Parts: sequence; structure tokens; C-alpha cells
Amino acid sequence: MYDFKYEKPTDVAAAVASLGADMEAKALAGGQTFIPVLKQRLNKPTVVVDLSKLGLTGITVTPTSVTIGAMTTHGTVAESEEVKKAIPALAHLAGLIGDNAVRHRGTIGGSLANNDPSACYPAALLALGGTVTTDRRTITAGDFFQGMFTTALEQGELITSVSFPVPEKAAYAKFRNPASRYAMVGVFVAKLAGGVRVAITGASQGGVYRHTQFEQALSKNFAPDAIKDITTPSDGLNSDIHASAEYRAHLIGVMTKRAVLAC
Amino acid sequence: MPSVTLTVNGKSHTVDIEARTLLVELLREKLSLTGTHVGCDTSQCGACVVHVDGVSVKSCAMLALQAEGTDVLTIEGLAAADGTLHPMQEAFREHHALQCGFCTPGMVMSAIDMVMAHPEGMTEEDIRHNLEGNLCRCTGYHNIVKAIAAAWPVMHGKELVAAE
Repeated sequence: MYDFKYEKPTDVAAAVASLGADMEAKALAGGQTFIPVLKQRLNKPTVVVDLSKLGLTGITVTPTSVTIGAMTTHGTVAESEEVKKAIPALAHLAGLIGDNAVRHRGTIGGSLANNDPSACYPAALLALGGTVTTDRRTITAGDFFQGMFTTALEQGELITSVSFPVPEKAAYAKFRNPASRYAMVGVFVAKLAGGVRVAITGASQGGVYRHTQFEQALSKNFAPDAIKDITTPSDGLNSDIHASAEYRAHLIGVMTKRAVLAC
Repeated sequence: MPSVTLTVNGKSHTVDIEARTLLVELLREKLSLTGTHVGCDTSQCGACVVHVDGVSVKSCAMLALQAEGTDVLTIEGLAAADGTLHPMQEAFREHHALQCGFCTPGMVMSAIDMVMAHPEGMTEEDIRHNLEGNLCRCTGYHNIVKAIAAAWPVMHGKELVAAE
């Protein structure tokens, strides 16, 4: 790891100022992706700004929404009785990320800001139609994700909280890589008042995306059979040592059916 | 050079370190606590698991500076001063839950964390699920699972077998 200057500010404005003052400064949330990246020298920040003392933790549940502070860990979300009651699929998803030790450190804000194409939280945010609140604005899920490892966040812009509308029903079905536990394909299905939304992670070269054909079919008939005749093309899907693009295309249909069944 | 102050196995330390120092490097290289191992260095194997403020973390995926003000427990901090083993260590010994021993410090720390987090009891399936962040290349896991199941009632002061 290259050395860097380490800062641990105690308010959001100071963190934003540090990150905004230096284009090579980087924010450190839970560090479960960022520290391995630093160890491999894939990134060489001048300043690392630790976000752990900004007071960005906590969960607020209302009858219509679940709002989670950016620095809330996956473990906290997975074990939250309030989240389990309001959006059980979200707690289930958090409990499938990494392992116990990783879930004790990794955060929702860090996961979304990184937008790894195989991360789980982006699927929940996009399927539920949630919003990301930053130090300066609120961004809808549809605008937030802009392709693999790319988001609408500006240099130095910090996620402060993430809000999810409470759906009628939702479920997340994940086909995990057995070693890394990242999603080879993960499908989040949400039945909302305005219709069904289906978000796919782990599969596309462009990162998380909505499967509009599945959404239309499931909005008419919310049953696994509703999508049995829809073939997902393998164009643009990831192909690697873990799975070919064709296999991922097949898994998208299988995991969507499983998610609908689990709703 | 920045410095970090933290408690390790009940003893306070203040150490000057480079910002890039990992918690595991602080433990092994600055404090000579070499019981915590580095297996994969990619967050997958769990040999480096320690407790920070009572919960398991991978010390190869945390900066030492992030541990400022925390209470860290490593494998060296488990046994009593007279050498009496922690119930989990004793269970690992009794059930032959190790062969080469390289993964064992992380296994024991993860095992203690999961037992403390599940006062309601653990099935064999629960134990296996909670062990997914720790790799062992020798044992095939069966005896590790048996050891954890045997330590659960001892750690909770009960003579029960794990709840169904």
C-alpha cells in the first residue's frame, strides 16, 4: 500500500471540504472494498478521509419508508428488527453480503458509492425506487447509477443517508460466487403501488439495471410463469471464469422466478 | 508520523505508525502478537480475525488508525494468566478441531463471536453458515463445527445441547 495522509473529521462539512480540496483525496467508509484496493495499489490517494466519526449511522422507519444512515453496517441492517418488519427483503439482502466480519465493517453508503457491478445494495435501491441523500442534494436511484463503478456523485460529494419506500412485497434472490460471495447474478423484485420493478446485479457489464420486459410481464401477472417465455439476451452481460454471459442470461430468469416465488 | 492509542488484550498501547499500517501489521510487527495470521490478504480466509470492540473483524482489511480508542482482543488474550484455556480453545483441543493450526486463531475468534451473538442457541447449520468467512484447508470443518457446538453451552453457562 502507498502511504497517504489520514484524516478523521467530526462533521460532514469538514469531510466535504477535505475531499473537495484535493482531487486525489478519497473517502473511507467501512473499507471492505477500499482497503483491499489500496493494498493492491490500484489506487493512490493523497489523503484518506475516514467517515466513521460523522454521525452518519442509524435507521429510521416510518409506515412508508426505511431511511438508513450512510455509515450503517450491513450487520446492523441485517439484524434490525425494524427493517425485518418493514422491508424483510432488505434485511435478508444485507445478511447475504460477505461474511460476519465483513458485515461488521462494510457500510451501505460505501457499497452504493462504489457501485461494484456485483454488489447487492444497488439492486435493492433500483428495484425499490429509493433515493440517495448527499451533503448537497437528493438523487433518485435511476439517476444515481451510471454504469460500472460510476455514480452521479461529484468529487467530494458524500452520501449521508439512503431511503427506501416500503413496497407491498419484495424479495432478493442471489446466486453467489462461493469464494467471494459477490453476486454472480442477483435479482431484486419489488411490487409497488405503481407496478413491479425488477433490478439485476452481478450480470451486466454496465452494472445494475432494470429488466423492463420482466417488469411489464410481472405487472400484469405477478407469478413465476409470467416470465417463462421471455428470453434474456446475453449481449452486454459479463463473461468470466465464474460464468459465461449465456449462463448469466439463463440465471437472470431463474433467479427472477425464485425472487417472485419468495415474495 | 501519526500515532494510534488502543487497548489490546487489556493493555493500553500508543504506537507511532505510518498511516498505511494495517491493524494486523500493528499487532504482528509492532506489538509482536504473531498469533493473528495473514492467510490470503484478500479478505477471504479469516485467519486474521480479531475482535474490535467486541465484534469480529478482518484485521487485514482495517487500518490501524481506524482502531484508535478501541478495545482489541486477539488469540493471545483468551487464555487466563495461569494458562487455563478459554472454553472455545479447550473445545478445539478436545474435539481435534485443528491440524496444521494456521487458520485456528481466526477460527477461534470467529467462533467466540458467533456463540456470543447467538444466546438463543445454534444449530449445526447456523454454525456452518456463520463460519463462511473462515477457510480451513486441513480439517474439512466437521470437527470445528463440533467444537463450536460443544463450547456454546459452556460459554453460556448451560448444560444444554445447541437448540434446534
